[in-house]
Amino acid sequence: MSTKTGIEVSIAIGEVVKLTDADVIAAYPITPQTHIVEHLAELVSNGELNAQFIPVESEHSAMSACLGSAAVGARTFTATAGQGLELMHEVLYVASAMRLPIVMAVANRALSAPLSVWGDHSDVMATRDTGWIQIFTENGQEVIDNTLCAFRMAEDKRVLLPVMVHLDGFHLSHMIEPMLLPSQEEVDRFLPPNQYPLPLDPSKPLAMGDFGPPIVYTEAKWAQEYNLLNSRSTILEVWKEFSKVFGRNYSPVECYRCEGCKVLLFTMGSFSETAMSAIDNLRNQGIDVGLVRLRLWRPFPFAEVRNAFKDAEVLITLDRALSAGGPGGPVSSEIKSALYPLEKRPKVVSFVGGLGGRDINVSGFEEMVKRGIEISKTGSSKEYEAFGVRE
Amino acid sequence: MVNKSGLLEIRWHGRGGQGAVTSAELLAQAAISENKYAHAFPSFGPERRGAPVLAFVRISEKEPLRIRAEITEPDVVVVLDPGLLTIVNVTSGLKKDGMIIINSRKTPEQIRAELGIKPAIATVDATKIAREILGVPITNTTMVGAVIRATEAVKMESIMEPLKHRFGRLADRNAAAMKRAYDETVILEEQAIGKV
Repeated sequence: MSTKTGIEVSIAIGEVVKLTDADVIAAYPITPQTHIVEHLAELVSNGELNAQFIPVESEHSAMSACLGSAAVGARTFTATAGQGLELMHEVLYVASAMRLPIVMAVANRALSAPLSVWGDHSDVMATRDTGWIQIFTENGQEVIDNTLCAFRMAEDKRVLLPVMVHLDGFHLSHMIEPMLLPSQEEVDRFLPPNQYPLPLDPSKPLAMGDFGPPIVYTEAKWAQEYNLLNSRSTILEVWKEFSKVFGRNYSPVECYRCEGCKVLLFTMGSFSETAMSAIDNLRNQGIDVGLVRLRLWRPFPFAEVRNAFKDAEVLITLDRALSAGGPGGPVSSEIKSALYPLEKRPKVVSFVGGLGGRDINVSGFEEMVKRGIEISKTGSSKEYEAFGVRE
Repeated sequence: MVNKSGLLEIRWHGRGGQGAVTSAELLAQAAISENKYAHAFPSFGPERRGAPVLAFVRISEKEPLRIRAEITEPDVVVVLDPGLLTIVNVTSGLKKDGMIIINSRKTPEQIRAELGIKPAIATVDATKIAREILGVPITNTTMVGAVIRATEAVKMESIMEPLKHRFGRLADRNAAAMKRAYDETVILEEQAIGKV
């Protein structure tokens, strides 16, 4: 039986990692991820978790240590945020290309400069093309549920890919809220032991991630891409299995009051719940609007995205990151490209906002929807609008 | 006290190191143990000892909480450090029918006369209580007693388990300080409209 517990989401992540009986945690503390790794260090040091905690000198080393650990078949976890994720950037590609099932919690944070420890999705978006499976979460329960799912997805023999679980820095990482913490028995029932099929073994030496000259590189990358696209069915299967054990459902794209709506708002991450309250208020004001949220960022759920938006006339998107000098929000841009092949598709109005920890409250989302509807009628010369910016 | 939407929003003012976040956490945990929906969180950002800090609690009787934004229009403001009254606008956004709960030697009447605060005011000399019972002038747990008395947000007994979990062998003394603050809190109703 799961137990309802009021604790900080970061601490709850540590507790769930403990229940997975992780073997290695290699991490460098960085705001707002710090409490996750501090708690894990404590659990290892007081003997509650029998694991190696490798306190490295940088995130680049953290991810490098994770490579080695995952390659010998050890269940491997790390966590980072913002600049830390950037510092491990080049190693992220190695993890996915070498098919290493590493699970990483990312407490999403803005990127410098100016220095900001606060939340947005700039760090997520910079890792978009690294070949990791990436999942967004909206509340503490979703964070711990998907951390647990991430191990099973990553370690499944049909997948063998690293997984990032994104939780908004502060808005999720620092929240003390009620969550149903799973029991050891439930976790054991849901998560089989990690059986990495080709672990490094000193008695059978081999090299991983070796030179890939032009004659094999394309094929290697294609095999990797084929595998990432195919992980989709296992991801769905894992969420289904999770639902059987825990009774909570997850899917790549999720809807809130969107049936039959001509206007849809689109968000991701913890702001989505605030947006739901705005949807309720707008409905009461007679505005027919629903909310669609992205859960699975990679592999991108093209079919679900098209299906969610096919009957809408206006789609209003919010990105908490900026593709500088480009099309505005990275997620909005991908949605536009996913919708392009459709004969009938909604007008897309893109906003970028909530950067560097700036809140968007309920009335903010109401304003965004009203402004979006207005722009859909009048048109705009801009690719996107910066929400709430002082010019 | 809950507002029209069945929600109680509390903003805590303290200084870095005074434990405002711990108070907020304890209160939320007590509410969660009563099967209410609650969450607590600090003002987001780097922590600096001694600098003014905020912590927030939302308690909802029936509806799950969706809003994670900082509380700008609180029902209740709690002030752990009386020195903050003159350097931070602690009543900012406080609802007209809200309440401010202050750690102060002064009576609510004195506070109203000095600062012109119109909403309800509750005071307790938490520093004195904390010094006498805990031996240190750290008032965060003591002030939880005042908050429970003034708001009836949770039952006093609901705070004991979270307190034990957090403070271990020091829990009993903190509970004693909390109970004394509960008894000694003085409440002055909101100023009637039209009176000066």
